Amino acid sequence: MSPANDQANYLDGNAAAGALSELFAVDLTAATAQCNGCGKTAVFAEARVYVDAPGMVARCNGCEAVLLRVVSTPDNTYLDLRGLTYLRVPNP
Amino acid sequence: MERTAIRRRLMWQVATVTDVRRETETARTIVLDVPDWPGHLAGQHLDVRLTAEDGYRASRSYSIASAWPGSDSGSTIELTVERLPDGEVSPYLVDVLKAGDPLEIRGPVGGWFVWKPEQEGPVQLIGGGSGVVPLRAMLRAHAAAGSTTPMRLLYSVRRPDAVIYVSDLKELAGSDDVDVRLVYTREAPAGEPRVGRIDAETIAQHAFKPADGATTYVCGPTPFVEAVADLLVAAGHDPAQVRTERFG
Ligand SMILES: Cc1cc2nc3c(=O)[nH]c(=O)nc-3n(C[C@H](O)[C@H](O)[C@H](O)COP(=O)(O)OP(=O)(O)OC[C@H]3O[C@@H](n4cnc5c(N)ncnc54)[C@H](O)[C@@H]3O)c2cc1C
Ligand SMILES: [Zn+2]
Repeated sequence: MSPANDQANYLDGNAAAGALSELFAVDLTAATAQCNGCGKTAVFAEARVYVDAPGMVARCNGCEAVLLRVVSTPDNTYLDLRGLTYLRVPNP
Repeated sequence: MERTAIRRRLMWQVATVTDVRRETETARTIVLDVPDWPGHLAGQHLDVRLTAEDGYRASRSYSIASAWPGSDSGSTIELTVERLPDGEVSPYLVDVLKAGDPLEIRGPVGGWFVWKPEQEGPVQLIGGGSGVVPLRAMLRAHAAAGSTTPMRLLYSVRRPDAVIYVSDLKELAGSDDVDVRLVYTREAPAGEPRVGRIDAETIAQHAFKPADGATTYVCGPTPFVEAVADLLVAAGHDPAQVRTERFG
Protein backbone atom coordinates (compact mmCIF):
# COMPACT_ATOMS: atom_id res chain seq x y z
CA MET A 1 0.00 0.00 0.00
CA SER A 2 1.32 3.44 -0.79
CA PRO A 3 1.76 5.62 2.26
CA ALA A 4 -0.51 8.25 0.70
CA ASN A 5 -3.48 5.88 0.97
CA ASP A 6 -2.66 4.66 4.39
CA GLN A 7 -4.39 6.89 6.90
CA ALA A 8 -3.04 6.01 10.26
CA ASN A 9 0.26 4.19 10.16
CA TYR A 10 2.41 7.26 10.35
CA LEU A 11 3.52 9.51 13.16
CA ASP A 12 5.11 12.93 12.83
CA GLY A 13 8.53 14.48 13.13
CA ASN A 14 8.23 14.54 16.92
CA ALA A 15 8.56 10.76 16.92
CA ALA A 16 11.98 11.00 15.29
CA ALA A 17 13.38 13.30 17.98
CA GLY A 18 14.98 10.53 20.03
CA ALA A 19 16.71 8.79 17.13
CA LEU A 20 17.99 12.09 15.75
CA SER A 21 19.24 13.17 19.18
CA GLU A 22 21.75 10.34 19.08
CA LEU A 23 23.20 11.87 15.92
CA PHE A 24 22.77 15.60 16.37
CA ALA A 25 23.41 17.84 19.33
CA VAL A 26 20.61 20.21 18.37
CA ASP A 27 16.89 19.42 18.27
CA LEU A 28 15.92 18.91 14.64
CA THR A 29 12.17 18.61 15.18
CA ALA A 30 11.89 22.39 15.49
CA ALA A 31 14.19 22.94 12.48
CA THR A 32 12.78 24.22 9.22
CA ALA A 33 13.19 21.70 6.44
CA GLN A 34 12.92 22.17 2.68
CA CYS A 35 11.81 19.22 0.58
CA ASN A 36 14.03 18.55 -2.39
CA GLY A 37 11.08 17.10 -4.30
CA CYS A 38 8.42 19.80 -4.23
CA GLY A 39 10.24 22.67 -2.57
CA LYS A 40 7.82 22.83 0.35
CA THR A 41 9.26 24.39 3.47
CA ALA A 42 7.92 23.21 6.81
CA VAL A 43 8.92 22.56 10.37
CA PHE A 44 10.43 19.07 10.51
CA ALA A 45 7.91 18.14 13.24
CA GLU A 46 5.26 18.25 10.51
CA ALA A 47 6.88 15.59 8.37
CA ARG A 48 5.27 12.15 8.25
CA VAL A 49 7.38 9.62 10.07
CA TYR A 50 7.05 5.90 9.44
CA VAL A 51 8.63 3.70 12.06
CA ASP A 52 7.43 0.35 10.70
CA ALA A 53 9.89 0.35 7.84
CA PRO A 54 13.36 -0.99 8.57
CA GLY A 55 14.59 1.97 10.50
CA MET A 56 12.78 5.26 10.36
CA VAL A 57 11.63 7.17 7.29
CA ALA A 58 10.45 10.78 7.24
CA ARG A 59 8.37 11.88 4.24
CA CYS A 60 7.31 15.33 3.06
CA ASN A 61 3.69 15.96 4.03
CA GLY A 62 3.23 17.83 0.77
CA CYS A 63 4.49 15.37 -1.85
CA GLU A 64 5.32 12.20 0.15
CA ALA A 65 8.92 12.17 -1.07
CA VAL A 66 11.45 10.70 1.35
CA LEU A 67 13.17 13.50 3.27
CA LEU A 68 15.33 11.51 5.61
CA ARG A 69 16.02 7.93 6.58
CA VAL A 70 17.74 6.58 9.71
CA VAL A 71 18.74 2.92 9.94
CA SER A 72 20.64 1.50 12.87
CA THR A 73 22.56 -1.77 12.91
CA PRO A 74 24.35 -3.02 16.02
CA ASP A 75 27.56 -1.37 14.81
CA ASN A 76 26.53 1.66 12.80
CA THR A 77 23.81 4.17 12.12
CA TYR A 78 23.10 5.14 8.51
CA LEU A 79 21.66 8.55 7.89
CA ASP A 80 20.28 9.29 4.43
CA LEU A 81 19.43 12.96 3.91
CA ARG A 82 19.01 13.01 0.16
CA GLY A 83 15.46 14.34 0.18
CA LEU A 84 16.30 17.56 1.97
CA THR A 85 17.50 20.72 0.29
CA TYR A 86 18.34 22.18 3.67
CA LEU A 87 17.60 22.18 7.38
CA ARG A 88 17.51 25.55 9.13
CA VAL A 89 18.29 25.55 12.83
CA PRO A 90 18.03 28.77 14.84
CA ASN A 91 21.18 29.80 16.66
CA PRO A 92 20.78 29.82 20.42
CA MET B 1 15.85 24.15 32.67
CA GLU B 2 18.96 26.07 31.63
CA ARG B 3 20.87 22.88 31.20
CA THR B 4 18.58 21.68 28.41
CA ALA B 5 20.23 24.38 26.35
CA ILE B 6 23.56 22.61 26.57
CA ARG B 7 24.28 21.01 23.25
CA ARG B 8 24.91 17.37 23.64
CA ARG B 9 24.18 14.10 21.94
CA LEU B 10 21.82 11.92 23.86
CA MET B 11 22.43 8.34 24.83
CA TRP B 12 20.28 5.68 26.46
CA GLN B 13 20.43 5.66 30.23
CA VAL B 14 18.89 3.64 33.02
CA ALA B 15 16.17 5.19 35.18
CA THR B 16 14.60 3.60 38.24
CA VAL B 17 10.88 3.25 38.79
CA THR B 18 10.08 4.74 42.19
CA ASP B 19 6.31 4.49 42.12
CA VAL B 20 3.39 3.46 39.92
CA ARG B 21 -0.09 4.88 40.14
CA ARG B 22 -3.28 3.68 38.54
CA GLU B 23 -5.14 6.39 36.62
CA THR B 24 -7.91 4.43 34.89
CA GLU B 25 -8.71 0.83 34.03
CA THR B 26 -6.15 0.98 31.23
CA ALA B 27 -3.75 3.77 32.11
CA ARG B 28 -1.03 4.07 34.68
CA THR B 29 1.39 6.76 35.76
CA ILE B 30 4.99 5.68 36.20
CA VAL B 31 7.25 7.77 38.41
CA LEU B 32 10.90 7.62 37.41
CA ASP B 33 14.06 8.68 39.11
CA VAL B 34 16.54 9.63 36.42
CA PRO B 35 20.13 10.17 37.49
CA ASP B 36 21.27 13.66 36.57
CA TRP B 37 18.06 14.63 34.76
CA PRO B 38 18.83 17.90 32.92
CA GLY B 39 15.24 19.21 33.20
CA HIS B 40 12.76 19.41 30.35
CA LEU B 41 10.15 21.60 28.71
CA ALA B 42 6.43 20.94 28.98
CA GLY B 43 5.45 18.86 25.96
CA GLN B 44 8.74 17.03 25.51
CA HIS B 45 8.87 13.26 25.52
CA LEU B 46 11.37 10.47 25.98
CA ASP B 47 11.91 7.11 24.38
CA VAL B 48 11.62 3.91 26.40
CA ARG B 49 13.50 0.79 25.29
CA LEU B 50 12.77 -2.76 26.38
CA THR B 51 15.24 -5.56 25.75
CA ALA B 52 14.13 -9.20 25.84
CA GLU B 53 16.35 -11.98 27.13
CA ASP B 54 17.17 -13.01 23.57
CA GLY B 55 18.33 -9.47 22.82
CA TYR B 56 15.23 -8.38 20.88
CA ARG B 57 14.55 -4.71 21.41
CA ALA B 58 11.51 -2.48 21.08
CA SER B 59 11.36 1.25 21.72
CA ARG B 60 8.40 3.64 21.97
CA SER B 61 7.94 7.32 22.77
CA TYR B 62 6.16 8.59 25.90
CA SER B 63 5.35 12.17 26.79
CA ILE B 64 6.56 13.55 30.06
CA ALA B 65 3.49 14.18 32.21
CA SER B 66 5.12 16.31 34.88
CA ALA B 67 6.13 19.94 34.59
CA TRP B 68 9.61 21.25 35.05
CA PRO B 69 10.43 23.29 36.94
CA GLY B 70 7.80 22.76 39.54
CA SER B 71 7.15 21.34 42.91
CA ASP B 72 4.86 18.64 41.56
CA SER B 73 7.69 16.42 40.45
CA GLY B 74 10.64 17.19 42.69
CA SER B 75 13.67 15.58 41.11
CA THR B 76 11.69 12.85 39.43
CA ILE B 77 9.65 12.70 36.24
CA GLU B 78 6.33 11.04 35.43
CA LEU B 79 5.01 9.21 32.38
CA THR B 80 1.44 8.06 31.84
CA VAL B 81 0.96 5.04 29.63
CA GLU B 82 -2.27 3.70 28.18
CA ARG B 83 -2.37 -0.05 27.57
CA LEU B 84 -3.23 -1.02 23.99
CA PRO B 85 -4.74 -4.44 23.43
CA ASP B 86 -2.07 -6.61 21.78
CA GLY B 87 0.49 -3.84 22.07
CA GLU B 88 4.10 -4.88 22.39
CA VAL B 89 5.38 -2.33 24.89
CA SER B 90 2.44 -0.67 26.66
CA PRO B 91 1.04 -3.83 28.38
CA TYR B 92 4.43 -4.38 29.99
CA LEU B 93 4.64 -0.77 31.19
CA VAL B 94 1.06 -0.76 32.50
CA ASP B 95 0.78 -4.27 33.98
CA VAL B 96 4.23 -5.59 34.76
CA LEU B 97 6.70 -2.85 35.60
CA LYS B 98 6.91 -2.16 39.33
CA ALA B 99 8.63 0.12 41.81
CA GLY B 100 12.33 -0.68 42.04
CA ASP B 101 12.62 -1.87 38.43
CA PRO B 102 15.14 -0.31 36.06
CA LEU B 103 13.88 1.22 32.81
CA GLU B 104 16.02 2.23 29.86
CA ILE B 105 15.21 5.72 28.55
CA ARG B 106 16.52 8.38 26.16
CA GLY B 107 15.46 11.97 26.63
CA PRO B 108 14.17 14.57 27.02
CA VAL B 109 13.59 15.15 23.31
CA GLY B 110 11.43 17.26 21.02
CA GLY B 111 11.59 21.02 20.71
CA TRP B 112 8.50 21.84 18.67
CA PHE B 113 5.52 20.48 20.57
CA VAL B 114 6.44 22.44 23.70
CA TRP B 115 4.98 25.34 25.64
CA LYS B 116 7.21 27.81 27.44
CA PRO B 117 5.77 30.14 30.09
CA GLU B 118 7.41 33.15 28.41
CA GLN B 119 5.60 32.41 25.15
CA GLU B 120 3.08 35.08 24.13
CA GLY B 121 -0.63 34.62 23.62
CA PRO B 122 -3.40 32.33 24.80
CA VAL B 123 -3.00 28.59 24.62
CA GLN B 124 -5.55 26.11 23.33
CA LEU B 125 -4.92 22.47 24.21
CA ILE B 126 -6.89 19.74 22.45
CA GLY B 127 -6.26 16.13 23.44
CA GLY B 128 -7.75 12.75 22.66
CA GLY B 129 -7.27 9.81 25.03
CA SER B 130 -3.66 9.58 26.24
CA GLY B 131 -2.94 12.66 24.10
CA VAL B 132 -3.77 14.61 27.24
CA VAL B 133 -0.40 13.63 28.76
CA PRO B 134 1.86 16.36 27.28
CA LEU B 135 -1.02 18.83 27.65
CA ARG B 136 -1.19 18.06 31.36
CA ALA B 137 2.52 18.91 31.56
CA MET B 138 1.71 22.27 29.93
CA LEU B 139 -1.12 22.89 32.44
CA ARG B 140 1.25 21.97 35.26
CA ALA B 141 3.96 24.25 33.90
CA HIS B 142 1.40 27.05 33.61
CA ALA B 143 0.48 26.60 37.28
CA ALA B 144 4.09 26.19 38.42
CA ALA B 145 5.14 29.38 36.65
CA GLY B 146 2.13 31.29 38.02
CA SER B 147 1.29 32.21 34.44
CA THR B 148 -1.86 34.27 33.81
CA THR B 149 -1.90 33.45 30.10
CA PRO B 150 -5.37 32.08 29.34
CA MET B 151 -5.14 28.34 28.76
CA ARG B 152 -7.99 26.07 27.66
CA LEU B 153 -8.17 22.33 27.43
CA LEU B 154 -10.62 20.43 25.24
CA TYR B 155 -10.25 16.79 26.18
CA SER B 156 -11.97 14.05 24.22
CA VAL B 157 -12.62 10.79 26.08
CA ARG B 158 -14.82 7.77 25.46
CA ARG B 159 -16.55 7.70 28.81
CA PRO B 160 -16.26 9.25 32.28
CA ASP B 161 -14.12 6.44 33.70
CA ALA B 162 -11.58 6.91 30.90
CA VAL B 163 -10.60 10.40 32.04
CA ILE B 164 -6.94 10.45 33.00
CA TYR B 165 -5.93 12.86 35.83
CA VAL B 166 -9.52 13.53 36.94
CA SER B 167 -8.80 15.17 40.28
CA ASP B 168 -5.72 16.88 38.93
CA LEU B 169 -7.63 18.50 36.08
CA LYS B 170 -10.35 19.64 38.45
CA GLU B 171 -7.76 21.27 40.65
CA LEU B 172 -6.03 22.96 37.71
CA ALA B 173 -9.36 24.13 36.31
CA GLY B 174 -9.94 25.95 39.61
CA SER B 175 -7.65 28.70 38.36
CA ASP B 176 -9.28 31.74 36.73
CA ASP B 177 -6.95 31.47 33.79
CA VAL B 178 -7.63 27.83 32.99
CA ASP B 179 -10.71 26.30 31.42
CA VAL B 180 -11.15 22.54 31.13
CA ARG B 181 -13.86 21.11 28.90
CA LEU B 182 -14.50 17.42 28.46
CA VAL B 183 -16.07 15.93 25.35
CA TYR B 184 -17.48 12.42 25.70
CA THR B 185 -17.58 10.28 22.58
CA ARG B 186 -19.46 7.19 23.79
CA GLU B 187 -21.00 7.78 27.16
CA ALA B 188 -21.42 10.95 29.19
CA PRO B 189 -21.96 11.46 32.92
CA ALA B 190 -25.37 12.52 34.23
CA GLY B 191 -26.11 16.13 33.43
CA GLU B 192 -23.91 16.17 30.34
CA PRO B 193 -26.31 15.68 27.46
CA ARG B 194 -23.88 15.72 24.58
CA VAL B 195 -22.23 12.53 23.36
CA GLY B 196 -20.12 12.72 20.24
CA ARG B 197 -16.79 13.62 18.73
CA ILE B 198 -15.25 17.04 18.64
CA ASP B 199 -16.83 18.74 15.63
CA ALA B 200 -16.99 22.20 14.07
CA GLU B 201 -19.59 23.25 16.61
CA THR B 202 -17.51 22.13 19.61
CA ILE B 203 -14.55 24.06 18.24
CA ALA B 204 -16.67 27.16 17.60
CA GLN B 205 -18.16 26.98 21.09
CA HIS B 206 -15.21 26.13 23.27
CA ALA B 207 -11.94 26.91 21.53
CA PHE B 208 -10.32 30.31 21.18
CA LYS B 209 -11.39 32.18 18.05
CA PRO B 210 -8.95 32.61 15.16
CA ALA B 211 -8.68 36.32 16.06
CA ASP B 212 -7.54 35.51 19.62
CA GLY B 213 -4.10 34.59 18.31
CA ALA B 214 -3.84 31.44 20.37
CA THR B 215 -1.26 28.76 19.82
CA THR B 216 -3.07 25.45 19.60
CA TYR B 217 -1.57 22.11 20.59
CA VAL B 218 -3.36 19.00 19.32
CA CYS B 219 -2.32 15.58 20.53
CA GLY B 220 -3.71 12.06 20.35
CA PRO B 221 -4.15 9.14 17.99
CA THR B 222 -3.22 10.05 14.39
CA PRO B 223 -6.82 10.04 13.03
CA PHE B 224 -7.93 12.28 15.92
CA VAL B 225 -5.12 14.75 15.29
CA GLU B 226 -5.85 14.90 11.55
CA ALA B 227 -9.57 15.44 12.13
CA VAL B 228 -9.09 18.19 14.71
CA ALA B 229 -6.36 19.98 12.73
CA ASP B 230 -8.63 19.97 9.66
CA LEU B 231 -11.53 21.39 11.69
CA LEU B 232 -9.32 24.16 13.07
CA VAL B 233 -8.05 25.18 9.66
CA ALA B 234 -11.58 25.03 8.22
CA ALA B 235 -12.69 27.33 11.05
CA GLY B 236 -10.13 29.89 9.96
CA HIS B 237 -7.24 29.15 12.31
CA ASP B 238 -3.78 29.86 10.95
CA PRO B 239 -2.13 26.47 10.26
CA ALA B 240 1.18 27.95 11.45
CA GLN B 241 -0.37 28.42 14.90
CA VAL B 242 -1.53 24.81 15.14
CA ARG B 243 1.04 22.37 16.50
CA THR B 244 0.32 18.68 16.35
CA GLU B 245 1.71 15.51 17.87
CA ARG B 246 0.58 12.11 16.60
CA PHE B 247 0.66 9.18 18.97
CA GLY B 248 -0.02 6.60 16.24
C1 LIG C 1 5.94 11.57 20.57
C2 LIG C 1 5.04 10.48 21.12
C3 LIG C 1 4.60 10.56 22.43
C4 LIG C 1 3.77 9.55 22.96
N1 LIG C 1 3.33 9.67 24.26
C5 LIG C 1 2.52 8.70 24.77
C6 LIG C 1 2.05 8.80 26.12
O1 LIG C 1 2.35 9.76 26.84
N2 LIG C 1 1.25 7.81 26.60
C7 LIG C 1 0.91 6.73 25.82
O2 LIG C 1 0.20 5.84 26.33
N3 LIG C 1 1.33 6.62 24.55
C8 LIG C 1 2.14 7.57 24.00
N4 LIG C 1 2.59 7.44 22.71
C9 LIG C 1 2.27 6.20 21.96
C10 LIG C 1 3.32 5.14 22.32
O3 LIG C 1 4.57 5.55 21.80
C11 LIG C 1 3.04 3.75 21.73
O4 LIG C 1 2.76 3.86 20.38
C12 LIG C 1 1.89 3.05 22.42
O5 LIG C 1 2.17 2.90 23.81
C13 LIG C 1 1.65 1.67 21.80
O6 LIG C 1 2.79 0.90 21.88
P1 LIG C 1 2.71 -0.68 22.00
O7 LIG C 1 4.08 -1.21 21.82
O8 LIG C 1 1.96 -1.08 23.20
O9 LIG C 1 1.82 -1.08 20.76
P2 LIG C 1 2.37 -1.68 19.40
O10 LIG C 1 2.97 -3.02 19.59
O11 LIG C 1 3.15 -0.62 18.74
O12 LIG C 1 1.02 -1.91 18.69
C14 LIG C 1 0.23 -0.90 18.21
C15 LIG C 1 -0.77 -1.69 17.45
O13 LIG C 1 -1.89 -1.88 18.28
C16 LIG C 1 -3.03 -1.75 17.52
N5 LIG C 1 -3.75 -0.64 18.07
C17 LIG C 1 -3.40 0.64 18.08
N6 LIG C 1 -4.29 1.37 18.74
C18 LIG C 1 -5.25 0.51 19.16
C19 LIG C 1 -6.43 0.66 19.90
N7 LIG C 1 -6.82 1.86 20.36
N8 LIG C 1 -7.17 -0.43 20.14
C20 LIG C 1 -6.78 -1.62 19.68
N9 LIG C 1 -5.67 -1.82 18.99
C21 LIG C 1 -4.91 -0.77 18.73
C22 LIG C 1 -2.67 -1.51 16.13
O14 LIG C 1 -2.73 -2.73 15.41
C23 LIG C 1 -1.26 -1.01 16.22
O15 LIG C 1 -0.52 -1.40 15.09
C24 LIG C 1 3.39 8.45 22.16
C25 LIG C 1 3.84 8.38 20.83
C26 LIG C 1 4.65 9.39 20.31
C27 LIG C 1 5.12 9.28 18.88
ZN1 LIG D 1 7.75 17.58 -0.89
